[in-house]
Amino acid sequence: MPNIRIPTPLRAFTSNEAQVQVGGATVGEALSNLTVRFPELRQHLYDGETLRSFVNVYLGDEDVRFLDGLETNLEEGDSLRIIPSIAGGAG
Amino acid sequence: MKPIVSDLGDLSNDEIRRYGRHLIMPEFGMEAQRRLKASSVLIVGTGGLGSPLALYLAAAGVGRLGLVDYDIVDESNLQRQIIHGQSTVGVSKTESAERRLNDLNPFLEIVRYDVPLTSDNALEIIAPYDLVIDGTDNFPTRYLVNDACVKLGKPNVYGSILRFEGQLSVFYAQEGPCYRCMFPEPPPPGLVPNCAEAGVLGVLPGTIGTMQATEAVKLLTGIGDPMIGRMLLYDALEVSFTTIKVRKNPKCPVCSIPADQVELIDYEEFCGVPAHDHAPAEALSTAEEAFDADAPVPQITALALKARLDQGESPVIIDVRNPPELEIAALENTVLIPKPQIMIAVDEVLSGRKPIEDTVIGQIPRDREVLFLCRSGVRSTDVIYALRDLGYHPASLINVEGGILAWAREVDASMPMY
Repeated sequence: MPNIRIPTPLRAFTSNEAQVQVGGATVGEALSNLTVRFPELRQHLYDGETLRSFVNVYLGDEDVRFLDGLETNLEEGDSLRIIPSIAGGAG
Repeated sequence: MKPIVSDLGDLSNDEIRRYGRHLIMPEFGMEAQRRLKASSVLIVGTGGLGSPLALYLAAAGVGRLGLVDYDIVDESNLQRQIIHGQSTVGVSKTESAERRLNDLNPFLEIVRYDVPLTSDNALEIIAPYDLVIDGTDNFPTRYLVNDACVKLGKPNVYGSILRFEGQLSVFYAQEGPCYRCMFPEPPPPGLVPNCAEAGVLGVLPGTIGTMQATEAVKLLTGIGDPMIGRMLLYDALEVSFTTIKVRKNPKCPVCSIPADQVELIDYEEFCGVPAHDHAPAEALSTAEEAFDADAPVPQITALALKARLDQGESPVIIDVRNPPELEIAALENTVLIPKPQIMIAVDEVLSGRKPIEDTVIGQIPRDREVLFLCRSGVRSTDVIYALRDLGYHPASLINVEGGILAWAREVDASMPMY
């Protein structure tokens, strides 16, 4: 199953799990399954049916927007990563 | 990439002796050192990231360093801001940094800017520098630094940290993507906590800030491959370093238009949060008025609360801090419900997924007054506003003004402050 890495700011919505294994043949299916398992995540990732503009999802080292977006095919053991927008500089 | 500094500075014999370890490396040599001497770097923020940045760039031989910070050194900074020290607590951060840097390298020229970086002054402050390093602690200043750098054609060495994670990149619109290509819009206010709220491992800004300094030296001297078009993600707990691609967005609202047409905007409005990661009392009261001028959050001072407790009253006090904070300092007979749990529950109730009584909010009575407590009074105020959306009467939800810090200051001097 694909593996999704959850960034720190969103772990509050995944019972503090940093990595989540979910089923799904495409990026969209995997993210959708993720939000079924953790419903609180949905509003942070999606605006209706599309990903919010500040949510960056990467497959390997590539932004899925530059692959096939939510239609991008996933293979067994693929690693998805949600890249958070963080601003801390420890002022 | 070719060096962004074309001039070569002159080195005295004392300087040549000082930089000997650089000069003997064939990839570096006299030429790169002379470029550093001729170079100028603006460091925005003299805090966690700015500390190692300024120290290493000063030591390495950068000719002129500009330091932007309007804060003063506080003891709580010293867990990570290693350019400052006990002897400069209470001193402005730029002055504190200047003293340390002069001691480290007397050949360095330092320019201090004891002001917040704003849309009005950013272009003027940034223009005289070859390169900008973003070591700020908030979203509005990060977007401001990016947009101003795009407009002026300056490279922006980006570093950002939270808890145990860090990010590093070089945004340079002339050669690759800018910050807005990666993050076109800020996340909604409240989703991403800042370091003051979520904490940060004190060593982490050292790791990321030092890597930013490395990128700055590479850009200035033209050695190696800078992190343009790439972002490094560092996880201190796993010790993982992952590099991802950052693509230039052909529709980027900032770097896809001619630079002279880039307009600096009101970034606090754009991000919906203030341009700092702490909340002074006056900012807080403004936020309250903006939300609902007719119903400011009722406050109780620490002293007034103490008086009521001494009289035998036992009000419901909800402590909304995170569990590790209670181990540092706590009041007796409070109910712990961390703010993140309350905010999730509010969302669940408002979206109809759960009835109130199935969430943590079920523990918060509606038929009597409830007091809310956090570290400084900011998170508890957020919680009160959120609960009002669930129909709690505004007059029944009361904030302990200044939080547990006020209690430590005014009531119990033996209590630690953090």
